[in-house]
Amino acid sequence: VQLVVPMAVVFGQGSVPGDLPRPLPFRDVQEMEISVNLRTSVMSRYEMRYRSTTGQEEAALAAATAREADAALHLLQDTTFGSLTMYVVPETSSLLPQGTNVFVGKHRSALVRAVGSLAALQARLREVTQVMSFTASSIAAALSDRVPDGQLSPDARRYLKSSLGYEITFSLLNPDPKSHTVDWDIEGAVNRYVKPVLDKLSLVANFSVDSQILYYAVLGVTPRYDKESSSFLLSAHSLPHVINPVEARLGSSAASLYPVLNFLLYVPERSHSPLYIQDKDGAPVSTNAFHSPRWGGIMVYNVEAPASPQASLPLHVDVDMARVMEVFLAQLRLLFGLSREEVPPEFLLESPGNEGLADWELDHLLWAHTVENIATVSTTLTSLAQLLDKIGNIVIKDDVASEVYRAVASVQSAVTKLSLGHLHAAFQASKEAVTSSERAFFDPSLLHLLYFPDDQKFAIYIPLFLPMAVPILLSLAKIVRETRLRKKEPTKMD
Amino acid sequence: VCTSRFWFNYRHVANTLSVYRSVKRLGIPDSHIVLMLADDMACNPRNPKPATVFSHKNMELNVYGDDVEVDYRSYEVTVENFLRVLTGRIPPSTPRSKRLLSDDRSNILIYMTGHGGNGFLKFQDSEEITNVELADAFEQMWQKRRYNELLFIIDTCQGASMYERFYSPNIMALASSQVGEDSLSHQPDLGIGVHLMDRYTFYVLEFLEEIHPASQTNMNDLFQVCPKSLCVSTPGHRTDLFQRDPQKVLITDFFGSVRKVEITTETLSLDRDVAGFESK
Repeated sequence: VQLVVPMAVVFGQGSVPGDLPRPLPFRDVQEMEISVNLRTSVMSRYEMRYRSTTGQEEAALAAATAREADAALHLLQDTTFGSLTMYVVPETSSLLPQGTNVFVGKHRSALVRAVGSLAALQARLREVTQVMSFTASSIAAALSDRVPDGQLSPDARRYLKSSLGYEITFSLLNPDPKSHTVDWDIEGAVNRYVKPVLDKLSLVANFSVDSQILYYAVLGVTPRYDKESSSFLLSAHSLPHVINPVEARLGSSAASLYPVLNFLLYVPERSHSPLYIQDKDGAPVSTNAFHSPRWGGIMVYNVEAPASPQASLPLHVDVDMARVMEVFLAQLRLLFGLSREEVPPEFLLESPGNEGLADWELDHLLWAHTVENIATVSTTLTSLAQLLDKIGNIVIKDDVASEVYRAVASVQSAVTKLSLGHLHAAFQASKEAVTSSERAFFDPSLLHLLYFPDDQKFAIYIPLFLPMAVPILLSLAKIVRETRLRKKEPTKMD
Repeated sequence: VCTSRFWFNYRHVANTLSVYRSVKRLGIPDSHIVLMLADDMACNPRNPKPATVFSHKNMELNVYGDDVEVDYRSYEVTVENFLRVLTGRIPPSTPRSKRLLSDDRSNILIYMTGHGGNGFLKFQDSEEITNVELADAFEQMWQKRRYNELLFIIDTCQGASMYERFYSPNIMALASSQVGEDSLSHQPDLGIGVHLMDRYTFYVLEFLEEIHPASQTNMNDLFQVCPKSLCVSTPGHRTDLFQRDPQKVLITDFFGSVRKVEITTETLSLDRDVAGFESK
């Protein structure tokens, strides 16, 4: 499988390095092999086009801040999925703040500060591409079931597996309704904050969103009271035990088979307020939230104590949905594997704002999911073929056969499109391939209950046929003896 | 999975319910448990103590409890349905609670009990599942990565024959008796009139009652449960297909559910005033 990234490197005025091999514009190709295990490897190919800026781009680069420059340049770019454009600005340019060498915008471009020689510039460009498209470890994570155990980095196992859809459930847990009447405008919050993010992710999968309120649902762990801060603390090692008792009460939609992501907002009881989550070093966590890979996240929302101790219960609480959604959406990004922690220090990343994720982060997901889908399809079809070889008398229905053909055609088209650099089309083809192959593999008609050990075959057929066979064989023997006797008779008489 | 019908097989239902109960107590929710009971003992007209299933004649522990969720009951417990659940080849109309929605990071515990023989387990007095079919079903699961690790426990006569044929990786198996031996039941109760539990599962239940969600007890301790002096039959186990050392495998890896958590340190910054949206 070959992953092709089309890239354009655009040199602004005054930033061209001195040692270019040929005059601009020219093309160059760099290939790298990512080997996943002894037999599988993925080739990545960066097709780079070097050129200098046009007049319009130069005008855009003259903007005051990097963010404005990026916004202006976005309109002049080629923004197909998977492609990257990098603008090289002079070393002394004031567009990038001091100390940052790269500004990564929220679309698919980056502004890179020039370095003296081409080789050094290429090294920096390579770093940028690693951040913006895929790295060896992210591809290995996507193919995690082929990597031998022990070679995967620990966070490679966390990310959600690629699926055709996800169900997102927001739950409000109120263990103490006598003291708090909690109101949350979940519908408004979903429309205002969650929908833009899900719309952007809708390319990757279908999402359905539910919400519910659970009363008298308690955490399974009793928090400790800390006198110094006069608050209750939940330590980091008791967090894993919090989820299970709650999960038993969270429902899920009976009809859908998609993986469920739960986001829980817990309002502590009055007797346990305020409640803070402690990390491993004992410091309270600023977000007051934690998440579990492949499951979802929990946030603790503390209610301020009322001004006067004689305030009448129950207290009315209006949840600040914006603050809550900031945390939940950040957890959603982390669950999908989009973390910004591994970026080198001299990079400045533009915040994606309400859309939730930058275009190149979406590309990240698409690369990983496409590779994962292709790997899944090939494993599924191979094992289906092996199954049919072993058990010769399974009947293949026509629609199963057509699903298999469709899966094979789609996966071939996905691989071709990847090698041409069309990421979006490749992803769609890989999704179709996965749907068809799963439908073929899990078709209910492929069940085989046809194992007969040899001794059972003997045990069934011998009592049936032996009593019938005995008189037949005896009479055959008698016939043979008689014909032999009759043959001898004529010679005697003569 | 309990595969036996009829009132005199009370002990098989009690076996299954006690494992179900321990697993729920250690944290696994009903949405992650598929319980198959071939007959209803608690509401059986011959049960002198209706709505209860006891594990010991001192009537201390009612393993039926208040919140049993049986997914496959009575005549739905067939070899075909069992294999369908394992391999996932289920008709599309089946609800979520009757499916095994596991993925490549799930640890699965399978407990089966009933009447068995050398290489087979009897379902409902009318059909059998052989060890070869079971091994093939597990291989299908492995091919589709439907499990990370699998623990298979079987409490029947000649139970060890059921795990002889496994060939997929990451499977550990325990059985209550070797080939040629019978698994015996624990004690009869004169009030109810039948044997209440099988010996092996009785001692396993005693062992599991000591475990709590944060416990660090490992698999080797489970292998020691029910020695020949107590159990009369010789329990067996098979770990050659398992990649980790059984000493390092926690009981709660299979019987309970302890999740990995991470503290959320990032937040997204959202624009508070987003124009153009009306909240309904």
